[in-house]
Amino acid sequence: MAQIVVKNVKKMFGDFTAVRESSFTIEDGEFFMLLGPSGCGKTTTLRMIAGLELPTSGEIYLDGEEISQRPPSERDIAFVFQMFALYPHMNVRKNISYPLISQGMPRAAVKAKVEEVAGILGITDILDSPVGGLSGGDRQRVALGRAIVREPKAFMMDEPLGALDAEFREHMAEELRALHDRMGATTVYVTHDQLEAMQMGDKIVVMNNAVIEQFGTPQEIYDKPATMFVADFIGSPSMNFLRFQGKVEPGSEMVRLNGHDEAVPKLMEGAEGDLVFGVRPEHVFLSDTSAYRAKVLAAEYLGTTQIVTLQSPNGELKARIDAREVVNPGQTVGLEFRSPAVTLFEMSTGRALRSALNGEVLNNG
Amino acid sequence: MSSFSVTEPSNRSKWIAGFLVIAYALITMIPLVWILLTGFKSPADAISYPPKMVFDPTLEGYVNLFTTRTRQTQEFLEANPPQNWADEIVRQYDMVIVGPSKFGERFMNSVIIGFGSTFLSIFLGTLAAYAFSRFKVPLKDDLLFFILSTRMMPPVAVAIPIFLMFRNLGLSDTHLGMILLYTGVNISLAVWLLKGFIDEIPREYEEAALIDGYTRFQAFYKVVLPQAATGIASTAIFCLIFAWNEYAFAVLLTSANAQTAPPFIPTIIGIGGLDWPAVAAGATIFLIPVMIFTILMRKHLLRGITFGAVRK
Repeated sequence: MAQIVVKNVKKMFGDFTAVRESSFTIEDGEFFMLLGPSGCGKTTTLRMIAGLELPTSGEIYLDGEEISQRPPSERDIAFVFQMFALYPHMNVRKNISYPLISQGMPRAAVKAKVEEVAGILGITDILDSPVGGLSGGDRQRVALGRAIVREPKAFMMDEPLGALDAEFREHMAEELRALHDRMGATTVYVTHDQLEAMQMGDKIVVMNNAVIEQFGTPQEIYDKPATMFVADFIGSPSMNFLRFQGKVEPGSEMVRLNGHDEAVPKLMEGAEGDLVFGVRPEHVFLSDTSAYRAKVLAAEYLGTTQIVTLQSPNGELKARIDAREVVNPGQTVGLEFRSPAVTLFEMSTGRALRSALNGEVLNNG
Repeated sequence: MSSFSVTEPSNRSKWIAGFLVIAYALITMIPLVWILLTGFKSPADAISYPPKMVFDPTLEGYVNLFTTRTRQTQEFLEANPPQNWADEIVRQYDMVIVGPSKFGERFMNSVIIGFGSTFLSIFLGTLAAYAFSRFKVPLKDDLLFFILSTRMMPPVAVAIPIFLMFRNLGLSDTHLGMILLYTGVNISLAVWLLKGFIDEIPREYEEAALIDGYTRFQAFYKVVLPQAATGIASTAIFCLIFAWNEYAFAVLLTSANAQTAPPFIPTIIGIGGLDWPAVAAGATIFLIPVMIFTILMRKHLLRGITFGAVRK
């Protein structure tokens, strides 16, 4: 069990920068998500922690020890691969025992340990089968077994649910989280699926283009995005961006959106020029009394809620409202926004302006 | 693995296909059967025209292949009765066996040089192919092209420089020299074939082994090698067949000491007249090791010929 500190880590492949100087801390026992679109550097970051890639510069501390240039065998970190990478020429039992054999553990102890792990994962009955014929879920469990059997300091998981079909993924995600809670081991989990990250993670790092965009709890990242990228990447449908020109002062609590005053959380900094009024779909309401008008383009019925697509003077937006409200495409409606949940962004940098909502989160990191 | 259904062929087309395959196999096997039969004929039957399909089988060819004989006077033959069945066979020509021929020795040379160079090609080829497949080798593409370019001309084109080099280095007519020569010719094939096979083995297996606490080299031989077995087996067969059958360099570079069977077998013709049965017997025995090796590896070879089309 261990704390992992990643400090100014950078990785270049030739001229290509895979990870720009990144720093974050993973606390002992945390289920930590590295989230981002493909090619953003999240897998490279994970592989650097595990030792499968060596960082170009920077330090990685595992339990206070600097390990960034050590071979993986000297790090005591387990890794679950996306395609599981079970040794195809060995059966399940051998696959799970393999890490123990390398440590020179006596045969009887290996056998006992493998059986204990198989019991935890519910794969005792397939211990002697070849890995070739296993179902996706069983392969996943064997891969997990191989990871947990030697009780490493930390687990790295590279999109471990990516190879499973959607139905089973849900189930496996729960199993994985339950296993983590039971073992309490520090886990770093790479995914491009924001739902998976929100559902399972204690903390999330959002990466894009080799850069860490934001680092925080799922709630912080969802409610207080630090950049437009994070706001857009997290949530489905993603945050609405209403573009406007204007000037805001520190301390102001209003912005002028197409001639209408809209309340925003009290700003801690000012900005001028192209700005973005960011609001999540669930914070957009239809109101006949509002003077801010928009035209209904479409409505998607989702059971308890519906997603209404609207054309406003500041661009298209979506609202998540009660499914029982009657909305007809073509109709013009008034809109209200839940102002404490609004984030303002600077268009040119994509950065969120600090305000009463997100000041604390943004100051931290 | 994706599965797709193909319309089951009709019985008639199965019959036609079967007939064609068998007919083709028979046609290609005629020379082999010819050689096999000739080995058991008497010299007279061997050259009779039209060829005899039915004849009295005799081991004369094999006896002549393995022995040296001298002609003796009638008095000597009467004074010394035949020692064994082989002696009896040669007596009909007023000859006695005076000792073994060189064939056994030459055959062993072929075994040593053929398998030795195959082993060395595979050993070096696997390591090189692994390095090319997995590591950032400077000038990788140029090196690979250079390795391949050694096969772009017939090896015999450089026979004279090699002859001179071997003479100066003292490698002429030595086992080591021939092993190095055949390895040099085979290594490019081995590196390219094996690189293809190793490229197809996902890196994650080795990475998993590294994570599981093994060194890079342990990961190579415990995880990569078992999965490259198919490729190694088929590459080994290709290498062995080349080294085993090679004739031109063997004629040029070997004589008394390291001569292999291919240049030796034709010399039988000169020893006691046109002894075709002995030549055929030599050719038959010469075929056996490659056949056994190929049969042992055939499971791998079949998968190897499809070159990784069968994915795990």
